[in-house]
Amino acid sequence: MAEYQSIYSRVTVTNPTYPGVPVKTGVYGRQGKPTLVYWFGKIGDAQIGPVYLGWTGILSLLCGFIAIEIIGLNMWASVNWDPVQFVRQLAWLALEPPAPEYGLRIPPLNEGGWWLIAGFFLTAAIILWWVRTYRRARQLGLGTHVAWAFAAAIWLYLVLGLIRPVLMGSWSEAVPFGIFPHLDWTAAFSIRYGNLFYNPFHALSIAFLYGSVLLFAMHAGTVLSTVRYGGDREIEQIVDRGTAGERMALFWRWTMGFNANVESIHRWAWWFAVLTPLTGGIGILLTGTVVDNWFLWAVKHGVAPPYPVTVPPVADPTLGVTP
Amino acid sequence: MSSFNRIQSLALLGAASLLLAGCWERPPVDSTQVGYRGTGMVDIKNPRIVGPRIAEQTIPEVVPAAPPEEAPILASQIYENVQVLGDLSVAEFARAMVALTAWVSPQQSCLYCHVEGESMAADTLYTKVVSRRMLEMTRDLNRDWTTHVKETGVTCYTCHRGQPVPPEIWFADPGPKTARGLAGNRFGQNAAAESVALASLPYDPFTPFLLQDQNIRVSTMQALPDGSNPAGTKSAEWTYGLMMHMSDSLGLNCTGCHQSRWFGIWEESTPQRVSAWHGIRMARTLNVEYMEPLTPVFPENRLGPLGDVGKVYCKTCHLGLQKPLNGVSMLQDYPEFGPPWREALPRLGTPEADAAEAVATTAAVQ
Repeated sequence: MAEYQSIYSRVTVTNPTYPGVPVKTGVYGRQGKPTLVYWFGKIGDAQIGPVYLGWTGILSLLCGFIAIEIIGLNMWASVNWDPVQFVRQLAWLALEPPAPEYGLRIPPLNEGGWWLIAGFFLTAAIILWWVRTYRRARQLGLGTHVAWAFAAAIWLYLVLGLIRPVLMGSWSEAVPFGIFPHLDWTAAFSIRYGNLFYNPFHALSIAFLYGSVLLFAMHAGTVLSTVRYGGDREIEQIVDRGTAGERMALFWRWTMGFNANVESIHRWAWWFAVLTPLTGGIGILLTGTVVDNWFLWAVKHGVAPPYPVTVPPVADPTLGVTP
Repeated sequence: MSSFNRIQSLALLGAASLLLAGCWERPPVDSTQVGYRGTGMVDIKNPRIVGPRIAEQTIPEVVPAAPPEEAPILASQIYENVQVLGDLSVAEFARAMVALTAWVSPQQSCLYCHVEGESMAADTLYTKVVSRRMLEMTRDLNRDWTTHVKETGVTCYTCHRGQPVPPEIWFADPGPKTARGLAGNRFGQNAAAESVALASLPYDPFTPFLLQDQNIRVSTMQALPDGSNPAGTKSAEWTYGLMMHMSDSLGLNCTGCHQSRWFGIWEESTPQRVSAWHGIRMARTLNVEYMEPLTPVFPENRLGPLGDVGKVYCKTCHLGLQKPLNGVSMLQDYPEFGPPWREALPRLGTPEADAAEAVATTAAVQ
C-alpha cells in the first residue's frame, strides 16, 4: 500500500486542481491558473496558485520592490557599477543611515537620504503585507493569529529602525541595510551600550528564541514520529484512544510527566515565537534611552556578580597612576 | 530508506561539511584559560597559523661587537655630518652601519643611502635623510616608550625585516572606487578590508586614532544615561575597526586585553591592555612626530594614494605575534640603538637606573 508521509514522501498526492473555498473577494479575485509541480509535492502541496493579490498585495510588492531597488542600486553604485564586484562583495555592501550630525533632519540623498527613503518604502511594504495577512485570514473566516505574530516581528523592526532612533534623536542610531554590516552594527551596538547580554529583556528574548527552537523540534519530532499512525491528521484523532494523537501525549507524559495537548502545543509555540521579538524590542527600546551601560546596570542591581581577581589588577592609564 | 540512499546522503553530508570546513579554520585550536572560570577569558590560538608565524621570525646573525677602547675616537670627530650616531666610536659606528644595512637594504647595500663616488657625508639621497630621522626615532622610542617596548626595545629590523620599506605600513585609505554622484556612499566602511580582518567595519580606523587623537572610548562609565557621552553606535564601529586591526596584528582575541563582561572596565582588564594603551599612543607619536614631517622628503612613488607618508600601526612591528620577533630582544646586542647608550650600559640592575626608569615611565604616562 502506498504510504503518505509529510516530508520525503514516496508518493505525491495528485488531485485535480481546485480554487479553494469560495470567498467574497474585492475587485481582484484569485489570480492565475493553478498548476501542479511535482517537486513542490515532495515538500508540501503540489498545487501552485491561484493567488490573491488585491490592492494591499500589489502595493506591498511595489513598495518592497522600490525599497530593494534603492538598497541594491546604492550597493551597486558603491562598487562603481561593477557587476562582478557587486556579486563578490554583496555580503559586505550596505546602505548606511545618516551620520550623527544630521540628528533627525533629512540629509542629502547620498548622506543617508536614500536610507530614509528605502526605510519608508520597506516599512510601507511590510505594513501593507500585514494588512493583507489580516484581511486574507478574515476572508477565509480564520482567526488573525498569523497577523499578530507577524506584528510582533514588525514591532522589533520598528523599534530598531524608527522608534528608538526617534527617541535617541538621531537616525544614525538605526541599523544599516546590509548583510555583514547589520551584524557588525549589532556587535558595535552591544559594545557601545556596555554588553547587551546584561540586558534582561535581551535575555528573555534569547530564552524565548531558544525555547521556540526547542518547542519546534519537540513538536515536529512528536508529530513526525506518529505519522505512521496518521499523526499528521491530528484533529480527527484528538478525542480517541490508541490513536497517534494519544500516543503523542503519552510519549511526553511518560517522558516528563506533563503533556501539552494537540491544541495547546500550538499556543505554546505561538507565544514563545511572539514573545521573542516582543521582549527583544523592549530590550532594544530601553538601550541608550533608559540604560546606557547594561553591565554597570547589572552590577548596580546585583545581577552581575563580582568574580575573584585572577590577574594583577590594572588601572586606567588616563587616571595618571602608573601600574 | 534503502542502504544506497543512506550512503548517498552520508556522502552528500560529508561533501557539504568539507565545503563548509574550507570557510573556517579547522579544529583543533589551542585554548588556554586566562581568567576566572566561566567568564570566557580564554586565549585561543590556532597552532597551524601561529606555528608558521613563529617559525618565520628569523633573527639576523649578530655582527661581532667592536672591541672596547679606553679612549675611543668618536665617529663625529673624524666623519662629517654624523648627526645621530656621532657618540659611537669609529669601530662601533662601522658596525652599526653594517648591521643596519643588513636589516634594511641587504640587496641594495650601502648604495641605498650613499651615492657611489660621492662623499659619505652627502645627503644626496632622500633615503639617507629618512634613515637619519629613523635612527633618532629608534633611539627616542627605546628611551621614551619603555611603557610599551619594555626592556626588549626595537631596532630597525623589528619593522624592516630586511626590506627598505617595512612590509606592514599604512596609508590613509580612500577606499574602493565608488560611483561618484547621488548614490553609493560607503561611509568609509563595508569593503571586506584586510585592515579590519575582512569585517565590514570602517576600513581606515588609523587616521582618526593613530594619527589624529580622536576618542577611542565609546561606552559610558555609569549605568544610566546623563547625556555626557556623545558616542553613538557608529562611533563604536570605528573603535571596533581599530580593535579588529589590533587583534589581527597580535594574533590575540578581545580577551587578550579586555574582560569579557564589559570591554570598558579597566579594573578587570589584563595587564596587556595597559601595554596596548601605551602602544596606541606610541604609534600616534611616531606618526605625528617622525613620519608625517618626512612627507616632503619622500618621492611621490613612496607616498600613499592620498599623498601621505607611510605610517606605523600595530602590525608594523607585531606582524601577527603578541611579541614582535616572538620576544627576542635584538637591542641587547646593539645597545647603540637604545637610549643614550653609554649611560645605559652600566645601568643594568643599579638603583640609579631603576630610579631613572621610573621617572621616564611616569613621564611617558603623563
